[in-house]
Amino acid sequence: MKIHFFIITFFLMLSGFSRAQENGMVPVKEGTFVPLYGASSKKPVLVKSFYMDVYPVTNAEFLNFIKKNQQYSKSKIKGIFADKSYLSYWKSDFDFGNADSKSPVTSVSWFAAKKYCECQGKRLPTMDEWEYAAMADEKKVDARTKKEFNEYILSWYEKSKTYENKIGQTFKNYWGIYDMHGLVWEWTSDFNSIFLSGESRKDKSSDKNLFCGSASVNATDLMDYAAFMRYAFRGSLKAQYSTRNLGFRCASSTKPKL
Amino acid sequence: MKKIIIALFIFSFSLQSCKEGDKKDIPAEKSKEISDLSIYNLPSKWTTQDNKEIELKSLKGNVLVMVMIYTSCKAACPRLVADMRDIESKLDKKTKKNVKLILVSIDPKTDTPKRLKSFAIENKMNQEPWLFLRSSEENTREFAAVLAVNYKQISPVDFSHSNIISVFNEAGELVFQQEGLGVNNEKTIEAINREAQKI
Repeated sequence: MKIHFFIITFFLMLSGFSRAQENGMVPVKEGTFVPLYGASSKKPVLVKSFYMDVYPVTNAEFLNFIKKNQQYSKSKIKGIFADKSYLSYWKSDFDFGNADSKSPVTSVSWFAAKKYCECQGKRLPTMDEWEYAAMADEKKVDARTKKEFNEYILSWYEKSKTYENKIGQTFKNYWGIYDMHGLVWEWTSDFNSIFLSGESRKDKSSDKNLFCGSASVNATDLMDYAAFMRYAFRGSLKAQYSTRNLGFRCASSTKPKL
Repeated sequence: MKKIIIALFIFSFSLQSCKEGDKKDIPAEKSKEISDLSIYNLPSKWTTQDNKEIELKSLKGNVLVMVMIYTSCKAACPRLVADMRDIESKLDKKTKKNVKLILVSIDPKTDTPKRLKSFAIENKMNQEPWLFLRSSEENTREFAAVLAVNYKQISPVDFSHSNIISVFNEAGELVFQQEGLGVNNEKTIEAINREAQKI
């Protein structure tokens, strides 16, 4: 009898702990900022308070998700939800091979990332939310004009295979969030709201035949080259795509339940 | 006692699974009907201009020609609608009954079924083969992701969006896309007629 109780308590505590870890989120306070792209007439955009995961989702966490949702495994995922490179570095459905369990999961499609967050009772952050949280360095909410900050991000772009690093090794930003820069690129819920054609020189005038109203969503500050890279990358993505340096983390509008 | 333990185990497992009966095993024969690349894999529910709730699946067996628009659009959408009309007028009369021309709203907040209905009537599109659809903002975003249509709300009334007309075969697989406004639609029509003949 007593043993039974031990088992039950142990089991409940265990699941409680793992859930607490999964729910490692911090609040990001409401504020406004002018995003590089997407604001009409360069007006600041209001970002309402939300919660963001402290770390990107890891291989171990994603494996756990796949075990419960096997239709998202490497061999079972439907072609409409992921291309052929989905989880390409995994050895098999439930084995991420030589990758580190604490490294960010990458080579995941937008559909899989979206589903993962839904299954945690969360969602993907919007692009505005992501960019808003990512403009903070250790001390300032908006460090975009700081030379060192931009140099840090740009020097990361030059490094290769940072996706093999463990989460939490870059800096902790103003909000308490790690790895917004320096580890992997991340999916956002509305990544498909960017209007750049393949020909970047053309985008100055915008291609009116391909995109209605695109002239009003042009870049605000082309000096922010680091952000320009992110938007250009998102603009080149399709939801089925999965690439080795692209991971994700989740967000929530409401306080995460523990 | 054992029962309690089992119940507790099941309970704590159910806490960690997610909604929508993902773990339900779809019978093999049933899942075979819908191919891997079919849009009928999307579970989302949509509302028509007649305020009818449908799943995309119910459109199975038709060739679907789909475009994303919003009714308050003044710039490109009237031209997109005109492009759709032009396509309709050039369809093979014999197989036209197998084709549905569908306009999907990217502004579900404004485009209520009522509004879609009056838009359909105004534009004389409130009959076969025309269909108007709206869903939640999240389902709309997902649907656009499947079509590789990009859109963004740029003001309370206006959206930027890509101008893409997509053709799906009987099984819901994407077979052709035309991008741009007022482009030569010869290939689009060819694709529609070819697929419609197969039905």
